[in-house]
Order: sequence, then structure tokens, then C-alpha cells
Amino acid sequence: MMRRRTTLLTGCTALVLALGATACGSSDPVSAGGGDKSLSGQTVTVAGVWSGSEQKNFQKVLDAFTEKTGAKTQFMSTGDNVSTVVGSKIEGGNAPDVVMVPQVGVLQQFAKKGWLTPLSDTTRKSVEADFAPVWKQYGSVDDTLYGLYFKAAHKSTVWYSPDAFDQAGVKPPKTYDEMLDTGRTISDSGLAAFAVAGQDGWTLTDWFENVYLSQAGAEKYDALAAHELKWTDDSVVKALTTLGKLFKDKQLIAGGQKGALNTDFPGSVEKVFGPKAEAGMVYEGDFVAGVAHDQFGRTIGKDADFFPFPPVDGGNAPVVSGGDAAVVLKDGKNSKAGMKLLEFLATPEAAAVWAEAGGFLSPNKSLDLASYGDDVTRATAKSLVESGDADAVRFDMSDQAPAAFGGTSGAGEWKLLQDFLRDPSDPKGTAAKLEAAAAKAYQNQG
Amino acid sequence: MTSTLAKDKGASPSPPSVPPAQRARRLRRRGRVVALLFVFPALLLLGALVVYPVLFSVGRSLFDASGTRFVGADNYTEMFRNPATLKAIRNTTIWVVVAPVLLTGLGLILAVLVEKVRWATAFKLLLFMPMAVSFLAAGIIFRLAYDEDPDKGVLNAAVVSVHDVFKDSSSYPAARAREGHGLTKGDDGSYSTRAGLSPGDTVHLPMVGVLPKDLPGGAEPASAAAGGKTAADELRGVVYLDFTPGGGGTQGKVDSGESGLPGMKVEAVRDGRTVASTTTASDGSFHFGGLKAGSYAVKLPESNFAPPYQGISWLGPTLVTPMIIGAYLWIWTGFAMVLIGAGLSALPRDALEAARIDGANEWQIFRRITVPLLAPVLTVVFVTLVINVMKVFDLVYIIAPGPVQEDATVLATQMWLVSFGGGNNQGLGSALGVLLLLLVIPAMVFNVRRFRRSQ
Repeated sequence: MMRRRTTLLTGCTALVLALGATACGSSDPVSAGGGDKSLSGQTVTVAGVWSGSEQKNFQKVLDAFTEKTGAKTQFMSTGDNVSTVVGSKIEGGNAPDVVMVPQVGVLQQFAKKGWLTPLSDTTRKSVEADFAPVWKQYGSVDDTLYGLYFKAAHKSTVWYSPDAFDQAGVKPPKTYDEMLDTGRTISDSGLAAFAVAGQDGWTLTDWFENVYLSQAGAEKYDALAAHELKWTDDSVVKALTTLGKLFKDKQLIAGGQKGALNTDFPGSVEKVFGPKAEAGMVYEGDFVAGVAHDQFGRTIGKDADFFPFPPVDGGNAPVVSGGDAAVVLKDGKNSKAGMKLLEFLATPEAAAVWAEAGGFLSPNKSLDLASYGDDVTRATAKSLVESGDADAVRFDMSDQAPAAFGGTSGAGEWKLLQDFLRDPSDPKGTAAKLEAAAAKAYQNQG
Repeated sequence: MTSTLAKDKGASPSPPSVPPAQRARRLRRRGRVVALLFVFPALLLLGALVVYPVLFSVGRSLFDASGTRFVGADNYTEMFRNPATLKAIRNTTIWVVVAPVLLTGLGLILAVLVEKVRWATAFKLLLFMPMAVSFLAAGIIFRLAYDEDPDKGVLNAAVVSVHDVFKDSSSYPAARAREGHGLTKGDDGSYSTRAGLSPGDTVHLPMVGVLPKDLPGGAEPASAAAGGKTAADELRGVVYLDFTPGGGGTQGKVDSGESGLPGMKVEAVRDGRTVASTTTASDGSFHFGGLKAGSYAVKLPESNFAPPYQGISWLGPTLVTPMIIGAYLWIWTGFAMVLIGAGLSALPRDALEAARIDGANEWQIFRRITVPLLAPVLTVVFVTLVINVMKVFDLVYIIAPGPVQEDATVLATQMWLVSFGGGNNQGLGSALGVLLLLLVIPAMVFNVRRFRRSQ
């Protein structure tokens, strides 16, 4: 009883949200162009979190699909909360055919609710042939493949200002220790080494994930992400200690710990690429390039460049990633056509459309790297694909965790790592607190 | 409130009873039915919008996060065990104790003062204007005003500029000695060489961490000065930036192209006492002349390196709640002032006149006449504010930055965070809501009683 009422209530809220989203997010159906027109007359509806330029670029991909098959497409932007919006659409009998799911957790949730259709044989074959096994794994629930990762993010890139590196006479480092040495030399030259965005907890979780993935290895990373390994494990304490060494070094962090805690993510990019540079390097994903370019007018590859997050203690270089997976809903009116869209999205041809438009990485190995618009994106894409082959890519851990632990400002992992940044003297205590918060969040989720 | 309404309405239409008794009874019954009919829409609305949600929340608070498992009072025990909720309770208490008192006090003072000035309406309008700003916008404004970076936050910009008027900032806040090349750091932030230098010696003091563009104008390369000759009774040396732009160069050695650090204070220390002090020249050189024989150390005092004053961390864990209360005052003072001002203008003038004729001074009048006569209005303002303060949400949510969100949290924000903002535990959230309700009820009852009495 209680349960039904709750769903009803959330359903209503979601409906309101969905209406709002539709009002501002939907675009007119695209009219058909050339091609074989096998699907003409059908309309595939696609829902995803994208808006703005991302939505525009994805529309180009959809247009290419239209041209090929004759099916009309309609994209609906859901805003941040995909699962609520899609849930309410399904209950309202108006389910989209395809959803671009931004988190592993949401994909699993959809699959467990029985909302998803397993991928067709054609798509499965392309996934097996053209994608690293890890992408298949993150798209599967209980050995059934539901999701096709169309767009990926690379969160193991350290961005630096080539000017600062020239000034200090240093080169991109190859190991974590070397990176700290490089940092100290940069700090001798008068700039701080790193800008750390401590005000945004998620950047700290990304720091931790990179160090942990490289230091403890992929196996432990997976176990920790699934909370099969406790956060009190020695490997966590060790990674925190490694990170603490960086955090407590006043020479290495712009403004010291206090300064870092007062810096948000755009602020940290500004400290390196803004008009008044205070630091030489900033760590975050491939999207740093977008901020550096759009807000501070840097030419990527010339005034702003990256090196891969270096391996820690002799481990493999970490590649922490994220991505949007396309799934097909059972309740969609044109799920068959939707599946055809996925078959199209699995081809390098589809990925090339967005790659040319920019702001996009594809996990698809068959995509010709020449499709990317600039060298830096090409290098990021190459690193992503190569490490995928080496089975070194892992999904962002905090995105896999329940939101209460890995995705809430001022609580859980975000807050605890911020506390750790403020006072890195007790890695053990921090690990214990992390475990307590994780235990609670995972239990509530289950 | 509901019951009062119902009773009043039920009682009023009953006619003055006259025999025969049966007719009276019938009339009364009909009256009751009619009354119920009239009350019904109101009851329905109240029931659907107030009573049902309250009961639902109470029920929901007894279930776990998923809403399927009955957990009894677990959510309530969890609530009082969770450090974040405890902090929320503490902060809400601070809010309730501090904000209404300050607001009522400020409102009273301003109302009394404003009454005496000529442009009263203009002042009132000005003070009332923040009420027209939404909490969201006000929150964003104050978040910026409180920003710790003096380049962004106006408050710290003011504090820093006042501070810098009285105290000079140091010339090399970022500089530090190249480690392992003769200079050791003292506890106070100064750097000194080992003792054991004697007149006739030359020392090279390597520093790092200064950007070339941050060097004072007129700084010259240090290499020439480093090679100078030293007389027998003097101690010579050079303080230089031990970093060749673009890398290269030997650490701890004055390479060509490395700049001197002009304007650095240098002291000669003998047996722990400073015997001479000087300032480096444009090429970073210094010398102490006329020294007696003995063992000296050269010290760069900490005043060279004092970090620039960064102002106060307004949004740090300790100050964040008072600062948010400050923003709240900015918004609500006008409200308190206008209400109290209305009460003030309704005061009987003759009482004030009489007091004045009797020779009471303004303070006595304020203390003995104005405040007691205003007491009912003050209470209304105070209680309204208490209720309002308990549900404060927007300001706290917007002004407190992520890292200190937990230090600033109040019951309302905590309730939202726990149930929707990632926690997704609506059981615990409902329990917090019930707690909030219990806390508001006394204030509500008080207000309702007052209304009835004044009717």
C-alpha cells in the first residue's frame, strides 16, 4: 500500500518534470532524406540527458540515420534525472524507443525492472568486434547485453599549460612520482604545481579513483566499486596516503589546502588557463579542454595540452572513464526501429558524424582516428581505445555507487574526501568513515 | 484551527431556543446540516492539503528507504544518532534563538528611529526593498559577497584593504629557500645560514618560487655581484633567484641570467643577537661592514616572506551559520520594521505626550511606554519570525559551499538532502519532517491562541 502510494507520488512529480522537459527539450521530427528508406513512415523517439551543443551534435547523428533508413527521429532531453523521467513515461504509456543512459547504475536499474530489450544479434556482434570487452561488460546485466556505449569520457587526463612547462623547463612526466617532482620544479619556478577543485567533491573522487585504479589494480577497483571490498582495506588506506602526500604539500597545490577547498571546477581550470595563471597543471577529464577553449580562449594542443594520468607505484596507467549507453525500451512504440538505430550507432560511420562535430569520444575501435577534429582529442581517443584493449579502462567508481555515497554534494564520499583534503593526516580514519558511509548507502539501495 | 472553525460555524446559526422542544431540536439539526454543508469544502481542502500529507508523512517515517519494510522508530533513533542531523538540530536551534530576537530588536529600533526622520517613507521603502528580492537571488548575492578570494568577495576586499593600510605586505610572499643549499627554515618562517661565518666570507643565498614577472622592477642579474671581493672586516653576499627560466642551471649556484632579489631584508646574527641589518641592492647583493671577528650567521627575517593577508574565511565551518543569518537579517529587517512601525503609528499619542510633559526623557519613554504598548505587535512579529526561521532552506542551501554544507545545514535542508538530494531515504526524511512539525506546533498554538484572544 505504502509502496503504491509512493510510486504514485513520485510518478506525479516526475510527470511534471517530464512535461517541463518535453516543453523545452523536444525538437521537431526530422524529415527524411535519401537512402534506402526501409523504415520510412516510422518515428523513433530517443531520450537522453544531452542539451545545448551536445543535443545539436547528436541530432546530426540522428539525421544521418534518417537519411539512411528514412525513419524520422525525435530527441527528448530529460534533464539530469533520466530514470525518473523515463519511469514516468513508461507508466504513462508514452515510452521513448531508445534511451541514452549516462550511468552504469541506471542501466542496471532499468534492466532489473525489466524495461529493456536485449540488443539484437547484429548489434551484439558489432559490440564484440569493435568494442573493448569492458564496454560490453558495463553494458550487460546478468550476462545479457542491453547497452551500447556510444559516447565515452576520458577522465584520466592531466591538463597543463605548455608555457608553464617551458618556463620551468620540464616535460610531461611518465610516473606519478615523476609528476610530483615535475610539480616541485614548477613550484620552484614560481607557479603552484596543481590547481585542485576541492569545492567540487567529484573532482576529488576522480583523483582518488585514478590513484586507486593504478595502484591497487583493476580487480580491486571492481571489487571496491561493487562494495565487495571494504573501504577499510589496506589498499584504500595506501591510496589515500599517496593522495595525502600531494594534498598536504603546500608547494604543490595552488593556495594550499584552504585555497583548494575554495576552488570550484571552472575555477581550477581558470587557475591554469585563465588570464592570471597560478598553477601549471589541472587534473580532470577530457572536458577540461572545452572549458579552457570556450571560456579562456586557449587553443587546444598549443596553449593547453594534456598527458595521461601517470601510473602510480609501477601499476598500469589508469584510465577512468564514463559514457552514455544506448538502450532500447520494451514499451516503446517502435522498438524495432529503435533497435535499427542502435545497429546504426554501433557503426563507426555514426560515431564519425559526431567526432567531426567535436566534443565527443567514441569507444569504437573501428572509428578512424582521422575523424576527430583536432590532435588532442585524437590522442585522448587513442588512449581510451588502446587502454580498452589492455583491459585497463574502468568506469568512474563514484558513478557506479549509490548517489547517496558517490554523487551528493556535502555528503558521502564527496564530503569525506573534502575533509581529507582539509586534513590529510589520518588516511585510516578517513577510510573508516568512507566505509561507514558506503555501508549505509549500499544497504539503503539494496 | 480546524476544530475552532467547525465549532464556531456549528454554534452560530443555532437560534435562541424556545419551546416546543421538538421544533427546536429539528431546527438545530437542520442548522447543523447546513453548517456542515458550508464547512465541507474548507474541510475537504484542509484534509487533502494539510491533514492527509501530515498523516502520510508520519506513516512514511515508520518505513525504511524503499517504503516497503516497517521499521518502527528506527528512523527516529537514526535521526538522533546521525552527526549530520544532530548538527542540523544544533544549527536550527541557533537560528531560532538568534535570528528572531535580532530581527525584532533591529526592527523595533529602526521603526522608532525612522519615525523621527523626515524622509521616513523613503527610508522604509529602502529597507523594505530586500523583501522583494527572492531568497535564491539574495543567496547568490551573498555567496559572492562572502567569497573568500578578495578579488571576488566584496567583504574580504574591504577587510584586506583596511588591513593593508595598517600593515605593509611583504615583498616576497611566495619565495622560499632552495633546500639543501645552506639555508634552513626557522620556526617563525625566517631562513638563516649556519653560524660560523666570519668577516671576509661571502655567502650565496639561493631562493626559489618567485615568478620572473613578479620580480620588483629593476632587478638585475646576480652573477656579477656574486664574484665581488670581500674586505677583511665585512661579510658579503647575494640573495638570488636560483631558477633559470626554461630550466637548466645548477642548483645552489649563481648561474648567468639568474636574477638577484632586491629589497630583501638581511640580518647578521652573532650569538643569537642581531648585530647588523641591511637590505639587498638591485642585484641582490648585500654587505655588512665593520664587523668584529667572530662567528656570524646570516638571517633572512620572516617579514620578507609573510604571506599576504587573505581576509577572513566567512564561509568557513565556524562562521558560515552566523553569516547566513546575516543575509537573512538583510532580507527580513524591513518586514519587522514595517510591521512594528504600523503598530507604532497606532500608539495613543496622548500617553507619549503626557510622559513628555511629566519630564520623561526619550529613553524612558521608549523603555516604559513605547515597548510595553507595542508588546502585542512585537510578539506577533517574533512568533511569525520563529516559524519562518524554522523552515529556512534556500539561503542555507545556496550560500553554504559544498565542503561546509554539513556545517551549515538546518533541519529543512537536511530533510531535503536526505529524502531527495541524493540520500533517497524518504523514511528518514519524513522523520525529520515530523520533527520539524513538532517544533513548529508550539509556536503555531501560541499564535492561534493569541488570535482568538484578540478576537
